[in-house]
Amino acid sequence: MSTGEKVAGSVANYVDERTGAAKWLKKNLTKVFPDHWSFMLGEIALYSFIILLLTGTFLTFWFDPSQREVIYHGSYLPLNGIHMSAAYDSTLHISFDVRGGLLMRQIHHWAALLFMSSIVAHMLRVFFTGAFRKPREFNWIIGIGLLTLGIVEGFLGYSLPDDLLSGTGIRIAEAIIQAIPIVGSYLTFFAFGGPFPGTSFIPRIFTVHVLLLPGIFLALITVHLMLVWYQKHTQYPGPGRTEKNVIGYPLMPVYMAKAGGFFFIVFGISAFLGAVASINPIWLYGPYTPGQISAGSQPDWYMGWLDGLVRMAPPIETHAFHHTISWNILIPGVIVPGIFFTFLALYPFIESWMSNDKREHHLLDRPRNAPNRTALGAFGITFMLVTLANGGNDLIATHFSLSINQITWMSRIGILILPPLAFFVTKRLCLSLQRADRELVLHGKETGRLVRLPHGEFVEVHEPLTDAQAWTLTQHEQLPALELPEVDAHGVLRPGGLRNRFRAKVSRSNAEAIAKPKPDDLKGIEDH
Amino acid sequence: MSDKAPRLSDPGLPEHVHRKADTDPAAAKKAERQVAILFTLSALGTILFIYSYIWVKTDRFIFIPIMGDQNASQLGMGIGLTFSLLFIGMGAIHWAKSLMPDNEVAAERHEFRSEEADRADFVATVKEQGAASGLGRRSLIKRSLGLSLGLIGLSPLLLLRDLGPLPKKSLEQTSWKTGTRLVTDPSGRPIKPSDLEVGAVAQVLPELQPGQERTLENVGKDAVLLIRLRPEEFELSPERLSWTYQGIIAFSKICTHMGCAVALYEQQTKHLLCPCHQSTFDVPRAAKVIFGPAARPLPQLAITVDSEGYLVAQKPFTEPVGPSFWERSS
Ligand code: HEM
Ligand code: FES
Repeated sequence: MSTGEKVAGSVANYVDERTGAAKWLKKNLTKVFPDHWSFMLGEIALYSFIILLLTGTFLTFWFDPSQREVIYHGSYLPLNGIHMSAAYDSTLHISFDVRGGLLMRQIHHWAALLFMSSIVAHMLRVFFTGAFRKPREFNWIIGIGLLTLGIVEGFLGYSLPDDLLSGTGIRIAEAIIQAIPIVGSYLTFFAFGGPFPGTSFIPRIFTVHVLLLPGIFLALITVHLMLVWYQKHTQYPGPGRTEKNVIGYPLMPVYMAKAGGFFFIVFGISAFLGAVASINPIWLYGPYTPGQISAGSQPDWYMGWLDGLVRMAPPIETHAFHHTISWNILIPGVIVPGIFFTFLALYPFIESWMSNDKREHHLLDRPRNAPNRTALGAFGITFMLVTLANGGNDLIATHFSLSINQITWMSRIGILILPPLAFFVTKRLCLSLQRADRELVLHGKETGRLVRLPHGEFVEVHEPLTDAQAWTLTQHEQLPALELPEVDAHGVLRPGGLRNRFRAKVSRSNAEAIAKPKPDDLKGIEDH
Repeated sequence: MSDKAPRLSDPGLPEHVHRKADTDPAAAKKAERQVAILFTLSALGTILFIYSYIWVKTDRFIFIPIMGDQNASQLGMGIGLTFSLLFIGMGAIHWAKSLMPDNEVAAERHEFRSEEADRADFVATVKEQGAASGLGRRSLIKRSLGLSLGLIGLSPLLLLRDLGPLPKKSLEQTSWKTGTRLVTDPSGRPIKPSDLEVGAVAQVLPELQPGQERTLENVGKDAVLLIRLRPEEFELSPERLSWTYQGIIAFSKICTHMGCAVALYEQQTKHLLCPCHQSTFDVPRAAKVIFGPAARPLPQLAITVDSEGYLVAQKPFTEPVGPSFWERSS
């Protein structure tokens, strides 16, 4: 035995005698994880969160979360002698006078973008493959919680440096809160410690940004991962993969080495972006004052959709009985995002209500085999893309020499027409793909080889699929639509008839499919 | 057709295919060397990082094609860090892929639902323990407990009350009073009509009284834009026309949509544009909204000149400035 093994042995012995961990560890170190590139998206989110914790902690050592007014005398000469808040002053200090400070700021910001992008990509993977189905609904909801809080966390971080751009963002957030009926003015006065901008907001959101939300993230991520561990990972369908097993690599050593290595790669990529790609150069914007603005301001992309919605809102306010309701703010700023995120969070339950499927699912769907879900996803993505595009309407206008007027009207119409169109097209596309799969299984692959039959006709040779290929295309189940008779066995109208009729209709649309080939279909062909 | 059609049943896990390094010691040795090279590159990256931290001055710039002038210290540290991290990661993954066992293994899954007997047991236990507490029988305890639990949430809410003062009339008031002089921002000089040519714009604030200080809260409500047109260009009601002075018209600079500074003036069209969501206000028609999400014109400040010929406010704003709020009456 080498010395290394001896030391490891006695450490393990020491720990086990006090915790009895050996049995648990033995079982879990060989835990099986299925491998697929799309399972790395959630990992990227986890790793970028860790990078945010590390770089963010570094930033707190110099960042001064205060709106106290100071005069700048640092090494960035263009701002010398300018009045500004201590927050802005200290961010300039980090950027120009702390060695590696700008690098850390930029890594922090790039990691934040990576965090949000990977969460969204991960969510889309889970959505389109149906990984949210029973028993994983809790984790879906936790994920939507992380996404929502991530948007808030990113916005607050962006606001901390108190530059002209981010201050304008805070002003807009203030107007949204202020627009809430009845309590709006009170909420803003409580949030800002008085009238906007005051001197309390930056210190307050600092605590939320570095303590409260990271704590909540940590708790949610822990539960999320414990559930993944306990419920075991889903897997893509294929030969040998069933609802009753998991096929993959053991945690120790393969998965650990791959995941550990991958952490360093994600960190390395963030460091590279931080090193070469300038992001949020706050010294160019100047300190915040409510009387100024920097033209062409753009929020980070995860806020861009909200900005795009606000930009396309119709100019409607209601003035009645000495009160005002700002629909132009409430609809894009509160109501539409509220509906969108609520629907997203509840989708697992909505789908199981449509399909009446209450069983566990561990094999993932190929998106084409769930046409309705895939089409709904396309609806949501299209909706978001239209809002995002409208969020950059000024950029698009200058780039394509259109007027902002034209683009805004295109977006207003587009937001109503394009998502349903995407739904329709995607659903048809999925059904065509199902039909193509059916053809493949029944008649095999085209080979391009022509043979001449005895009576002179040419036919192309089709090569049949292997058993494994055919199984992958046909293993899924096709559930029939829900039958909800409007009348009971005695011919009496059942209560809730209208609701049942609606549910049956939705269920029929949800169950639409091209019948997959059955063994009997193939027999018929062989007999020819 | 003679070819065999596929069977539509699960053929089971495919046969494992061995990698070269599994059977060929030379290939394994080569993979080992590659991993070692990757790890060594990482160490070199750290050395570059340390070098840049200690020996490269923070004010040194170097020219890099495409990227332009770059701060040498930040760039050196960044590239060093990138190498040190990336190559550790690549080394570990290459190691796992080429040398660690690559046979997939199967584990079993079990349904999460507990056995019927366990479920029944659980329900019975809960009922039994619940009965032991007597909560069901002792309704007095139950009700008072409900009351106290319901109320306890109020304390933390109440504690948040002191986060800020009540708004009172604050959202409806600005510092502009009858006779307040308009001064330039930031230099604070009073202005005469002759200071503004036709077509010019100026940002102004109310003059500070002795002992007063200007806070950002004031600026956020008081900021005003002056624009000078030719008097015949106005299309205003007689009342609003009397609020202008020799073609000079004054509007609140705070957007009625969400409060951004309405900073862009297009001389040709005489439009004021808010860069935040592109609400567009038509200056000759009292800043009527002609495009964008804003629902109200910018409030107009009535101006005139005082005995010394300086521009002053005729009276305070007649409506609240800035974005809407519930208590706003018009
Ligand atoms: C999911 C987590 C997080 C996100 C999305 C996020 C996002 C951001 C963003 C976008 C900025 C603006 C950076 C810039 O100046 O360009 C920022 C600033 C900042 N963040 Fe975070 N952050 C996160 C977690 C953390 C944590 C955990 C800490 C500390 C423990 C932290 C500390 C800071 C500090 C001190 C600043 C201001 C300093 C500066 O801007 O240079 N952040 N954050
Ligand atoms: S704040 Fe001016 S248009 Fe929205």
